[in-house]
Amino acid sequence: MASFPFELVSPERVLFSGEATQVVVPASEGEITVLANHAPFMSALRTGIVTIDNGQRLFVRGGFADVSAAGLTVLAEQAVPLDEINPEALSGQIRNAEEDLRDAKSDEVRARAQAKLDGLNAMMAAIRN
Amino acid sequence: MPSLKDLRNRIASVKATQKITKAMQMVAAAKLRRAQAAAEAARPYASKMEAVLANLAAGISGSDAPALLAGNGKDQVHLLIVCTAERGLCGAFNSSIVRLARERINSLLAAGKTVKILCVGKKGFEQLKRNYERHIIDVVDLRSVKYLGYGEAEMIATKVIGLFEQGEFDVATLFYSRFRSVISQIPTAQGLIPAEIASGGGGTKAAYEYEPDEAEILSTLLPRNIAVQIFRALLENAASEQGARMSAMDNATRNAGEMIKKQTQKYNRSRQAMITKELIEIISGAEAL
Repeated sequence: MASFPFELVSPERVLFSGEATQVVVPASEGEITVLANHAPFMSALRTGIVTIDNGQRLFVRGGFADVSAAGLTVLAEQAVPLDEINPEALSGQIRNAEEDLRDAKSDEVRARAQAKLDGLNAMMAAIRN
Repeated sequence: MPSLKDLRNRIASVKATQKITKAMQMVAAAKLRRAQAAAEAARPYASKMEAVLANLAAGISGSDAPALLAGNGKDQVHLLIVCTAERGLCGAFNSSIVRLARERINSLLAAGKTVKILCVGKKGFEQLKRNYERHIIDVVDLRSVKYLGYGEAEMIATKVIGLFEQGEFDVATLFYSRFRSVISQIPTAQGLIPAEIASGGGGTKAAYEYEPDEAEILSTLLPRNIAVQIFRALLENAASEQGARMSAMDNATRNAGEMIKKQTQKYNRSRQAMITKELIEIISGAEAL
């Protein structure tokens, strides 16, 4: 099967850069599967999992997928490989975030804690499936 | 003429200082490596983002362009986001950013514009407070942040966009120090709103399909672009700070070494002089008998 260049980058690092034959991306209006020679396409992402044909699965939250003649680029605001997520550590983090939310004194701190908690919960839900 | 004891104390104190500056230099070198790696890791995202944005912006122009992209058409109130370090002892790093910002502030004020300042980092705030305290609207404190993440940049971006939407300012400029090498950091002013987009980059305007539509994507992409720009500025700044500190501490260590050498020589000379003097006293005493 023909392959195409695929890049998955988050602001903090490049998570994947190379050839892939098939990538499943959680686009805003449903999952899409990108194969080689896909028509130029651009979409916002929703929270979910990117699956690469070699079996690698990555959690992504927020961002964009851009398919062009140069290949597929996923710009994710947050991206973590699933095998790097430890469910026990994650539930610990969720507990901490819940505590932070309870202890928050100002609206600003509360909003940040809430956003963090939502992100963690989404990650938890993603690895359960 | 300082006594021998004074000289000994002075040498000891310079030696202690040299130890500290040397340790600081080594710490800065280790931190620099990490900061540089982080700055490099962030580069692909920022450049991809720019390419996507240039492509989108080429399609949307004229009056229907969003305000974050094209500005709100006014040029009266300027917001200056000045990013500096939280700590000193890093040479002219903070001062050179502040100097650039100050020049801009003065020229804007002279042109009759209103200036608002958002300080990121304590050192810039301390220096700007002296002359422009009433212009400073907010200070972002990153002292408690150990590892600089995208979250911090996002927080600043949300603040800036909130102010923009309330009509608090018309034009935003970001001040930070670009990291070129350990000995060269360039203070830079970068336009944030309206967005500075390299034109001509997206020459091949492909027939894209958008989901959801183009305008909606652009409206979520622009705030994100601001966060990414700020994130990049913070990372470049972190690397520059460590580089500046490293060379400043290297200089300090070398100066301390020279000082020790000079003082030791002086100490030995006066010790020798004292011995000679005592000998002469003994000899002339014996001769007189």
